[in-house]
Amino acid sequence: MEPVYMDHHATTPVHPQVLARMLPYFGECFGNPSSTHATGRRAAEAVEAAREAVAVAIGASATEIVFTSGATEANNLALRGLASRARAGGGHAHLVASVIEHKSILDTIADLGRDGTEVTYLQVGPDGRIDPEDVRRALRPGTCLVSIQAANSEIGVLQPLAEIAALCAAGGVPLHTDAAQAIGRIPVPVGESGAQLLSLSAHKIYGPKGIGALYVSRRVRLRAQMTGGGHERGRRSGTLNVPGIVGLGAALELAVGDMPEESARLAGLRDRLWDGIRARIPRVQLNGHPVLRLPHNLNVSFTHVGGEALLMAVRDFALSSGSACTSGSTQGSYVVRALGRGDEAAHSSLRFGLGRGNTAEQVDLLVERLGTAVERLRTISTAPEALPVGGGKGGAGGGV
Amino acid sequence: MAAFEYSAAVLDHYERPRNVGEATRANAHAEVRSDTHGDRLTLSLRITPDGIVEEARFRAYGCVVAIAAGSMLTEMLRGRTLAAAAGITDIDVARALGGLPATKLRCSVLAGEAIVRALEAFHTQEGVGR
Repeated sequence: MEPVYMDHHATTPVHPQVLARMLPYFGECFGNPSSTHATGRRAAEAVEAAREAVAVAIGASATEIVFTSGATEANNLALRGLASRARAGGGHAHLVASVIEHKSILDTIADLGRDGTEVTYLQVGPDGRIDPEDVRRALRPGTCLVSIQAANSEIGVLQPLAEIAALCAAGGVPLHTDAAQAIGRIPVPVGESGAQLLSLSAHKIYGPKGIGALYVSRRVRLRAQMTGGGHERGRRSGTLNVPGIVGLGAALELAVGDMPEESARLAGLRDRLWDGIRARIPRVQLNGHPVLRLPHNLNVSFTHVGGEALLMAVRDFALSSGSACTSGSTQGSYVVRALGRGDEAAHSSLRFGLGRGNTAEQVDLLVERLGTAVERLRTISTAPEALPVGGGKGGAGGGV
Repeated sequence: MAAFEYSAAVLDHYERPRNVGEATRANAHAEVRSDTHGDRLTLSLRITPDGIVEEARFRAYGCVVAIAAGSMLTEMLRGRTLAAAAGITDIDVARALGGLPATKLRCSVLAGEAIVRALEAFHTQEGVGR
């Protein structure tokens, strides 16, 4: 039996209406939008309609939307596109980013760093928030881009983009935001009072995988990273993924269309989950700001319980964990660790991402399952306070 | 990484772990901790004067394999002579569990380390050279 899906930060199912809108573009409307004949024109019209939908949804103009293969490519385009322009004349490039950015930001910046781009990484507070003053202090002559995510995929924390945008504008530096988790959930400011570049992804908002977009303010010039034909006004070459683009436009329309109601519903469910966990299970800790977080996100550390063991115990629910065994890092989630409470907080953490299909009944059942599982796993667990004398890292205790 | 590709034995020892806790009148004890990924395992033994592991108990914090390996280790130790106990490695534990996914083998390493440390502690305390 399929588990109850509560991992909507990882991905989301394609909305049936989105799929229906996409299908013709695999079939009778299969044209290449770059072609001049009628077959191509039909596809081109669908692309431009979707582009307009994306622009309206985020508060931009259609000419400012560049379609990509997803948010990872959009992030690469923003970072590499700005850094390479800055270095083109033999100058230096300096980037500023937070330590809890998505890997597509961090790994790209690290790669740019190997070629001489300088980087300032901003730490976060214990609630996961960036202090705008740290951004201001990091700006210097030669800073070509500041990249701060709108919301974090693991702990859901929202960053103070409006304040950061104002500081960047005053400093004459473009602000990029990875909004893959935020778009369609919360308003994200773009343009004069917001980000000049913004990455988004369809599969986080009930659209298909493999398609996303980069919003690039008309004031910003960047260097294309995918070359070969000059598509997307020279910003991103490659035959357009017409069905994907149509799907992205449809998904964004749907998401933004009922955003206030759905976000409120999800926040209610999320609060029910957190209240339930706290009432049922002692010694739990919330990771990330309690209020300034995505409406559908919860990230909780369960003291003395390994995250992967807990996932297994509640495997009729699809969740994820920041533990070392599941996070792809031998030390556990770098985001949870950045909150400064030690590796154990990551190793014992679970992430919950609620979505359209989730209900109060599911939440209540999950709370009960978690309660039973945590009780059982705590009876098996080692307890630091109860260690015999001499117990410790690799140590041997004496006889009792 | 792929999770939940576990053998029936691993799941059994995870869901119904044997010998949890501390041995009565324990005379050999170790706590071992993974340097990298946070798992912890304690092993508590009572060894008779004629060198038999009469009781073996464990506690584990961490992943499914850490718990299953701790449980299986205690089953393998009970009733064994010191010499036989000293010969049990994490590979033996993994094999007894029906094998482990490659990415999870490191989680069973603590089991091998725990028996080494516990016997070290026993010999040190007993004043017996190794």
